[in-house]
Amino acid sequence: MAPIFDAIQAAFGASHPDGQPAGTPPVHCLGVSHGVLVLALEPDGLYATVQRLRDDFGFDLFLDVTAVDWPGQPLRFEVVYHLMATSHKVRVRLKTRVPEAEPIVDSLIGLYGAAGYQERECHDMYGIVFRGNPDLRPILLYEGFVGHPLRKDYPKQQEQPLVPYRPPQSALVR
Amino acid sequence: MSAELISRPPIPNPVHPVFTPSRDDTVVVNIGPSHPATHGTVQVIAELDGEKVLRTDVHCGYLHRGFEKECEDHTWHNLIPYVDRLNYCSALINNFAYCDAVEQLMGITITPRTRYLRTLLAEYSRLADHLTCVAAQLMELGAMTAFLYLVTVRDQMYEHLAALTGARVTYSYGRIGGLAADVPDGWFTRLEVILKAYEDYVARVHGLVDRNRIFIDRMRHVGTISTAEAIHWGFTGPILRSTGAPRDLRKDTPYLAYGELDFEVPVGLYGDNYDRYYVRMREMDESVYMMRQLIALMPDGPIMVDDRRCVFPDKALVYTEIESLINHFKLVMEGPVVPAGDIYVAHEGANGELGFYIVSTGEGVPHKVHVRSPSFVHMGGVHRMLDGGQLADIVTTFGSVNMIGGECDR
Repeated sequence: MAPIFDAIQAAFGASHPDGQPAGTPPVHCLGVSHGVLVLALEPDGLYATVQRLRDDFGFDLFLDVTAVDWPGQPLRFEVVYHLMATSHKVRVRLKTRVPEAEPIVDSLIGLYGAAGYQERECHDMYGIVFRGNPDLRPILLYEGFVGHPLRKDYPKQQEQPLVPYRPPQSALVR
Repeated sequence: MSAELISRPPIPNPVHPVFTPSRDDTVVVNIGPSHPATHGTVQVIAELDGEKVLRTDVHCGYLHRGFEKECEDHTWHNLIPYVDRLNYCSALINNFAYCDAVEQLMGITITPRTRYLRTLLAEYSRLADHLTCVAAQLMELGAMTAFLYLVTVRDQMYEHLAALTGARVTYSYGRIGGLAADVPDGWFTRLEVILKAYEDYVARVHGLVDRNRIFIDRMRHVGTISTAEAIHWGFTGPILRSTGAPRDLRKDTPYLAYGELDFEVPVGLYGDNYDRYYVRMREMDESVYMMRQLIALMPDGPIMVDDRRCVFPDKALVYTEIESLINHFKLVMEGPVVPAGDIYVAHEGANGELGFYIVSTGEGVPHKVHVRSPSFVHMGGVHRMLDGGQLADIVTTFGSVNMIGGECDR
């Protein structure tokens, strides 16, 4: 295991016998899965944790944000981030859960420019609201699209054509 | 036979730009989504002061076809043709990255021959992808001869890959646990002929453009981006390397057989269009160098692992014994059972870090497949290269980013 992972685990207090260091929101280290350190945290602590990972541990490359829909669970959406430390050549995965009624997490646009576009995509697909992102216009969908297609309750066959279908017409009767 | 005009109200532009003209003497223009210079469907809304670009709003999504939604409705095997259509210039890299992710989640180690073959074919795909990108970029500057040289050799590669996989562009050649088939007789002999042709044609292109005054004037110090800014905006692959950062997943986190190969990571000086052109040209040479090593190292042996969870049984057995018939039936109808869990696997795609984040609930159908596609991330940061430049330079800079609609819009 990469030494940087030990340092993160120690810093975020997963193995602290006397509990969390003061002022740090709870972060749970779920261990290393397939070479990626997995951290689970509350939405409130997201921005501060990522800022610390970026500034103290060199996680300078924002790879990815997406969500996983777990219908029926009280905290329905799991927002998943992947970050990379280019100097240490390791990745970390952050997971945070939000309820369907209030799917809000803080935007990371203040830390990484790359977060802007990807948060737009996640907003399109799952309806996660990234508080602080000034531009959540649709990016892969179009303006006026109703619903969030990657939610499990969005039917796969549903169509919302921008241009109404023309009735079938024979090429001979023109 | 009267052609009656169907008059319909015009469809409004679905994109509202984030800005209006900031001064009286500037104008906001719309470029694309269907424009010869965007090769693909992407829309650039630019505020212009004369011919100078003040700011841009890049909008993609016109090729969105619900890839990730579709994945959640098919078995792990049936996705392989879909992942081909992400980056259709180097479909095999997508194939292998996806298969690698599923295999790692299942705990499968592929056979040595497959490992080397996948590495070889991934480099072959990278070669074809870079050839396409450089050729398109040169053509947009009017260099038709260089374009035709590069596309000639690329077409030989497509035909050669068709001899291996049966398709020119969308190969569907990877399998969970191996490959669709072994290489046919004489394939490596022909490969060496094509690599020689590649060297011949690329030498001519080097001679035509490298020291060409027109080319340098259009490319040098145009679309510049610094390393810190490139990382901030999520750039990876040749664009990040063109800024001077030797970041390459093949070296940083070696996968497949890359740990055993000798190769260099070419980097640029200024992070401009010329560097992106040259980094791609040098990377192609490194790919050829790696492929020659791989041909020499290529071991014999099976290409599929012996694992009944994902590999189809021999057809003769399916017809003669009930266990294999059931095995075959369950693999087709229910799909291979992938243990519950999630994994992020990234390969060095031709454009940058191609990552697959897959979530399984222990069924034959994925719970979620998410693609970290380099082109989409690059579209989020490309305005940093376009702003402040000339209107005509949007074309060349955009060409050097190599946006592939299939993987950008998914």
